[in-house]
Amino acid sequence: MTALRPTSPATPLAVPLAQRPWGLYLALAFVAVLAVAAIAPGLLATADPYALNYGASLQAPSWAHWFGTDESGRDLYSRVVHGTGTSLLIGLGAAGVGIALALVLGGIAALAPRWIAVPVDRFLEVLFAFPALLLALLLIAITGPSAGTAIFAVGLGTAPGYARMVRGQILAAKGSAYVEAATALGHSRGRIVRAHILPNALRPLVAVFALSVGQSIVWASSLSFLGLGVAPPSPEWGAMLDAGRAYVTVAGWLILVPGFVIVAVALAATTLGRHLQAHLEKEEQR
Amino acid sequence: MTLAESLERPATATAAPTAAPRLRVENLRAGFLSRGVRRDVVAGVSFTLAPGECVAIVGESGSGKSVTARSLVGLAGRHAVVDADVLEVHGQDVRAYAAAQWRRVRGRDVGFILQDALVSLDPLRPVGAEIAEPLRLHRWGAPGTRAARVIELLTRVGVPAPHVRAKQRPGQLSGGLRQRALIASAIALDPDIVVADEPTTALDVTVQAQVLAELEAMKERGKSVILISHDLSVVARLADQILVMRGGEVVEQGTAREVLASPSHPYTRALIAAVPGEHTRGRPLSPSSPALPAAFPLAAAGAPPVLEASGLVKRFSGPDGSTTLAVDDVSFTLEAGTTLGIVGESGSGKSTTARLALGLESLDAGVVRLLGEEWSSLPERKRRRLRPRISAVYQDPLSSFDPRWNVERILLDALPRGEFRTATSRRARILELLDLVGLPQEVLGRFPLRLSGGQRQRVAIARALAPRPSVIVLDEAVSALDVTIQAQILDLLVALQRSSGLSYLFISHDLGVISHLSDRVLVMKDGVAVEEGTPDDIFRRPRHPYTRQLIAAIPEFNPSSLTD
Repeated sequence: MTALRPTSPATPLAVPLAQRPWGLYLALAFVAVLAVAAIAPGLLATADPYALNYGASLQAPSWAHWFGTDESGRDLYSRVVHGTGTSLLIGLGAAGVGIALALVLGGIAALAPRWIAVPVDRFLEVLFAFPALLLALLLIAITGPSAGTAIFAVGLGTAPGYARMVRGQILAAKGSAYVEAATALGHSRGRIVRAHILPNALRPLVAVFALSVGQSIVWASSLSFLGLGVAPPSPEWGAMLDAGRAYVTVAGWLILVPGFVIVAVALAATTLGRHLQAHLEKEEQR
Repeated sequence: MTLAESLERPATATAAPTAAPRLRVENLRAGFLSRGVRRDVVAGVSFTLAPGECVAIVGESGSGKSVTARSLVGLAGRHAVVDADVLEVHGQDVRAYAAAQWRRVRGRDVGFILQDALVSLDPLRPVGAEIAEPLRLHRWGAPGTRAARVIELLTRVGVPAPHVRAKQRPGQLSGGLRQRALIASAIALDPDIVVADEPTTALDVTVQAQVLAELEAMKERGKSVILISHDLSVVARLADQILVMRGGEVVEQGTAREVLASPSHPYTRALIAAVPGEHTRGRPLSPSSPALPAAFPLAAAGAPPVLEASGLVKRFSGPDGSTTLAVDDVSFTLEAGTTLGIVGESGSGKSTTARLALGLESLDAGVVRLLGEEWSSLPERKRRRLRPRISAVYQDPLSSFDPRWNVERILLDALPRGEFRTATSRRARILELLDLVGLPQEVLGRFPLRLSGGQRQRVAIARALAPRPSVIVLDEAVSALDVTIQAQILDLLVALQRSSGLSYLFISHDLGVISHLSDRVLVMKDGVAVEEGTPDDIFRRPRHPYTRQLIAAIPEFNPSSLTD
C-alpha cells in the first residue's frame, strides 16, 4: 500500500488540509476495518451471528443491537461483521477469476496465430453481447447455486469485457514503435512479448482490475439477493438483503444496513482503483 | 534563385521611408501567469513594418517567435500577459484592445496564416465556407457576392479548379491546397498586414515553393508580411528585415543582407553555418562539434556491397480492396563506408523502402542482400542471426523507446547477449556507447521523456550502434530537430562513419541534408526510383524532369555565395 501514498514525497504536511485526498484516507481506513472483520470478526463483534432470540425479533437499532435485529432476533451488526469474510471472498474471488479468464482469452486473441486467435476473438464478442448478470445466471442454471458457483459465475460474467480490454492493450503495444525497434534489434518473439508487450499492455489495466473488485462484489451480492449465491443462514450481505426484503416496511434497517455496506465496499474499492490509476499515470509521465 | 540574387530585389522598405509604417512595435514583452507568478517568454521585441515589406522572425523551438507573432494579433491566449511601449496597427494604439476589438482588427487589418492547415481548418466544412467566414463576420459585400469573392481568392492563391475545390472538405484536399486555402481565408478581406506563422513547415518542398511564391506575390502587391520561421532558407527568399530570436530575446536584428551575409552574433553565425547543403560537405556544421576524423579507408574494390536491393516491389491493399504500389521496382546498392541518400516527398515510398531494407516488411517481389547474404527471403527466425548487422534510427525516437525504461535499460537491452556476459563488460560497453554519441554518464538513470530532442536522438543512435552494425538505416532521423541540434547530430553521424566505416541508408525529404551527407543519391517519386547518381549528378545535372523540379524548388541557401 506504500505505492498509494498520494501526497508529494518531499513535504507531505505542506499540502493544505482541504486539498488532501480525504476520500482516499477514508477508503484506506474502511478497507483496514474490512480486513479485520474478514480475518477476525470476533474482535469487532462479540455476539453470535447465528444465536436465535425470538423474543427480540425485528428490533430497531439500539445500544444493545447497533444495527437492530432480524426476524429471528439475530444481532444484525454481528451478522454484517461475520458476513464480511464470505462476501469479500466471493467478490475478490470473482474478480480474480474474471481477470484470470480475461488475461488468458485476451492474450490468446491478441498474440496467438490467426487460426486460433480469430475464433477466440469472435467467441469473446459473442460473450460480450450478453449482459454480465445474464451470463452468470446461465452458469448457475446449469450447475445450481453455491458460493463456489457464484464466484465462477460472476468471474465468467465480467471476463469478456476485461478480455477485450486486454486484447486492445496488447494489440496497441504490439504495433508500437518500440516493439518494432526490438524486432529490428533481432530479439526473439518470446523475449519481446515478455519484455515489452505484456508489461506495457497490462500496466494500465492494474487500475481497471482494482475497480473490478468493487464491481464483482456488487454482482456477487446481486446473485445472493436473487437466492442464487450463498444459502441462508450464512451471513452474506446479498443474502441478508434478500432476507430483509420481506420486512422492508416494518424493519427498513434490514436492507439499509447490508445495502449500505455493499455500496461502501464498492466505493472504497473504486476510490482506491482511481488513485492507483492516477498514480500509475503520473509515473508514466516521469 | 540564389540568396545573392534574392537580395538584389529592390528594397521596398528603405526605398519608401516616407510611407507611414503599417505596424510599429517597441519593446514588446509577453509572459504567462502561472500561480500568480509572471514568467516572461518574450522580452523586448521592436520593429516597424512598412508597406510592401517583409519582416522575418527566425528562431528555434522555445525562442518565443510564435508567441511574438500571436501577440501581434491579440491571440497570445487567455493566460498571457502582453505589454509594449508601442504597439500600433495603422497608427492605432492596440495595446489595451479587448477581445472584441481585436476581432475587428484580425481579418480586416491583419491576416493570420496558421501553421498546420489540417488542424486549423474545420474538417466538416467545405473550404469555401471557411474562406467566406471572415467575409461574413466583417459583413463584406452582399451575401450573394461572397461566393464569387471566394472563387476569386482561391484563384489568386493558385488553387486549380476553384469552383470544385470550394465545395470540398479539407480532408479531400492535399496539404499544399489546404495551406493555400488557409492563406485565402487570411487574405479574404485584403488586409494590409499578413502574419504567417511557419506557413511552409510540414509541406513538401515543391508545395513550399508554391506557397512562398504566393507570399512573394502578396509583397509585390504592396502587402506587408511578418514571416515566422525556423528555416533560414525560407526566410532568405522573402525577408527584408530579419530578427533572430533565442530564449525570448532578439539577439540580432538588421536587414536581410546584414544578418545573413555578415552576421555579428555568434548564435546567428551558428544558425547560418548549421544549414546543410552541398557546400557544407566534409566539414562540421556545428561550432561545438570536434573536427571530423580522417575518412575511413574504403573497402577494396570487389568486396560485396553491404546492402543490395534489386527490383523491390511492395503493394498495400486498402480496406476497399484496392491495391497501391508503394514501392515499384526499386534497386540500389550501398557500398561499405558510404552513405546512400534516398530523397522524396511524402508518399514517395521512401519509408517503405527503408522498412523493406530492414526486413520489417515482406516483399512482393525482388530481393535484398545484406553483406552478400540472402536477407529478404529468410524466415524471421533465421534472419535474427543477421539482424545485429543492420540497425535503425527513427524520426521520433521517443516512441521507439519502451516508456517504462530508462536510458541504461534501453542500451542494456540492445547489447548482443552472447558477447557481453558479465555485468562489468556490459557496463563498460554502455559507457563506451555514451562516449561515442557524446552523452554524459548522468543520462543513464534518466527516462527518454525527460531528455531533449537531441539527447533522445543520441540515445537512439547509441542503441543502433550497440550491436556493432555494418549498416544503419536512418529514416528522417534529423527531420524533427531544430537546425542547430540537427547540425550536431549530422556531425556526429559523419564522425562515426569516418571513424568506424559504417554505412548509412539515409532517408530524408530534405535535399540539403541529403546533399550534405550522401555519396550516392536515389530520388523517389510515387514508389518509383526516378534517378540515381552522385550528389553532383543529381544536384548539378539532374536528368529526370521531377528531379529538376525538386532542385528548382529548394530555396537555395549558400551564405558563402553572398560574401563572394
